[in-house]
Amino acid sequence: MTHLLLLPVLIPFAAAALLLLLRNAPMALQRSLALAATLGGLLVSVLLLVQQSEGAVASYALGDWPAPYGILFVADRLAAQMVLLLFVLALPALLMALAGSDGEGPHFHALFQLQVAGLAGAFLTGDLFNLFVFFEILLLASYALLAHGNGPRRSRAGLLYVVLNLMGSALFLVALALIYGTLGTLNMADIASLLPLVPEADIGLVRASFAILIAVFLLKSAVLPMALWLPHVYSVAAMPVAALFAILTKVGVVALLRLTVSLFGDAPVAQGLLLPWLPILALGTIAYGTIALFAADRLGIAAASLVLISSGILLFCVAFASPEGTSALLYYIPHTTLATGGMLMLAGLIGKRRGPLEDRLVRGPCVGNRLAIGGAYAVLAVAIAGLPPLSGFIGKLMLMQSVAPPHWQAVWWAALLFSGLCMTLVLARIASLLFWQPDDPLPDIRTGSSGRLAVGLLAAASPLLVLFAAPVSAYATAAATQLHQRTPYLDAVLGDAPPTQRERRP
Amino acid sequence: MELLLSLAVGLTIACGVWLVLRPRTFSVILGLTLIGYAVNVLILLSGRLGAQMPPISQKGATGLADPLPQALVLTAIVIGFGMTAYLVALSLRALGESGDDRLDNQDRNPADADPEA
Repeated sequence: MTHLLLLPVLIPFAAAALLLLLRNAPMALQRSLALAATLGGLLVSVLLLVQQSEGAVASYALGDWPAPYGILFVADRLAAQMVLLLFVLALPALLMALAGSDGEGPHFHALFQLQVAGLAGAFLTGDLFNLFVFFEILLLASYALLAHGNGPRRSRAGLLYVVLNLMGSALFLVALALIYGTLGTLNMADIASLLPLVPEADIGLVRASFAILIAVFLLKSAVLPMALWLPHVYSVAAMPVAALFAILTKVGVVALLRLTVSLFGDAPVAQGLLLPWLPILALGTIAYGTIALFAADRLGIAAASLVLISSGILLFCVAFASPEGTSALLYYIPHTTLATGGMLMLAGLIGKRRGPLEDRLVRGPCVGNRLAIGGAYAVLAVAIAGLPPLSGFIGKLMLMQSVAPPHWQAVWWAALLFSGLCMTLVLARIASLLFWQPDDPLPDIRTGSSGRLAVGLLAAASPLLVLFAAPVSAYATAAATQLHQRTPYLDAVLGDAPPTQRERRP
Repeated sequence: MELLLSLAVGLTIACGVWLVLRPRTFSVILGLTLIGYAVNVLILLSGRLGAQMPPISQKGATGLADPLPQALVLTAIVIGFGMTAYLVALSLRALGESGDDRLDNQDRNPADADPEA
C-alpha cells in the first residue's frame, strides 16, 4: 500500500476534474460523485492513520526521483491526523451542501473537491514550493467558493480576501526565492539538515527569508494585526463553505508547527524568530476575538470570532512548541475545528430559518424546531466555551497544564479562563435571544435529511472526543513525540544516502 | 548587473505596494501585477546570473544554468496569471453589483467621499 499516501490528494483531484467535465450532467449524478469522492477520501485517510499509527514515517517520491530532488509527499502521524480531520469536516460540509445550497451557483462540487485536494496536499507535502502550490489551489478554490451564491456582500468581502491573500502569495514567493538562493534547496527535510551548517555570511538573509515565511503562515492563521479580515469573510460565506473554512486557519498553524519543530529544531540560525513576540500577538488575537464576540451583531460574526479565539490559542502553543504543549495542541485542534465549523454551519442554518431577520442578533420570534436546533446549539456552545463535560474542557485543561513556561503561566491561564467566561456569557445571551422567546416559534423549515445529518455529525464530534479521549490523546502524544524527535522525519525523507554535494555559489 | 536588477526589483515592489494601498480596485490590480513581476524576477535571480552558462550540458562548458528557478518561475507566472484573471472578474462583478469600484465602501456615507474621486 505504498501509494496510499497519494490517494487523499488524488481522489478529490480526479473527482474535481470529472465533475468539471460533467457540469451539464444531472445534479443527482454530480452529487453522488462528490459524495463518493469524499467518502473514498475519508476511508483512505482512516487507512493512512492506521498505517501511520504504527510509527514509521512514510514518504512517497513522485516519479521515483531520489529525495532532495523531485516532488515529495511525506506522512507522519501529524499529517495523517490532519488529513483525517479534513475529511471528517468535509463530509458534513458536503452533506449540508447536498441539502440544496449546491445549486445556487455553477461548479460548486468541482470547487469543493479542489479545495479538499489543496488542503490534503498542504498537509502531506514535503517540499516548500509544493506547499505554495497547494496553498494556491486551496485559496483559488476558496475564492470561488466564497463568491458561490450571489450577493454584493459576498463579492465585496471576496475582493478584500483575494487581494489580501495575493499579497500573502507574493510574500511566500519572495521567501521561497530567498531560501532557494541561500540554501539551494526547498525540500523541507533537506533544509532541516542544512540549517545548522549555514555559513556566517548568509545568516542574516536566511533569517530574513524565514521571517517572511512565518509572516505568510501567520496571515493564513489570522493572527492579530492580520486578523481583521476573518470575521467579515467567514460570516458572509455560504453555510457549507463556511464550515469547510474552519480548517483553513489550521493550515497556517500546522505549517508553522512543521516549520518550527521539523525544520528549525534547535539550529542556532533560527533562534528567536518566534519567541519574544508571537505569544504576545497570540494573546492579542484572543483578546481581539473576545471583544469581537461581544460586539457581534450577527451569529455568523460571533462564530467567526470564535475561530479567531481558537486561532490565538493554537498559535500561543506553537510559539513555545514543547513536546507536551504540542500533544495538547494536537488534541485541541480536532475539537476546535469541528466545533467552530459546526457553529458556522448552524449560524447559516438559523439565518435561513429566521427569514428577514437573518442571523442578526435581535429579538424576534423563536427559531422553529427548537429541540433539534437548540440542542445542537447547546452542545456546540458548551464544547466551544470549554465547559465540562465536553471536549473543550478537557482540551483547555491539557493546554493549561502543559503549554506555557512558568513566567507565562499566569497570563496564559488568565487568557484561557477569561476568554472562556466571555464565550459562555455571549453564547448564553445569544441562546436566550434565539430560542427563549415567548412568542410562537417560527414554522419549521425542512432542511432535508442530509442537512440534519450534517449538523448532527458535527455536534456529535465533541461528545465523541470525550468518550474516546484516551486513545485520541495517546495518539496526539505519540504524534508530538514523533514530531519533536525530528530524526524519524529526516531519515524517512533523506534515507541513508550520503549528503548531496553542492557547489558553493557566489 | 546584480545591483541593477535588485534595485529594479525593489523599485517595482515599492510602486506595487503604493498602488495596492490605493482605494480603487483597478490600481490595486495593477499594483498586484507589478509585485508579481518583481517577485518573478527575484525567483529567477535566486538561480544566479550568468551569461556563459548553457542550459543543457555542453562539451567545454564550465558550469550549467540552474534549471530549477526557471521551473519555479514558470509555475509562479501561471498561478499569478490565473489569480489576476479571477481578481479582474470578481472586481467587475463587484462593480456591477454595487456601482462603485472602491474596496472599502462597506457602509460608506456618501458625504465623506474621497476628494480625488
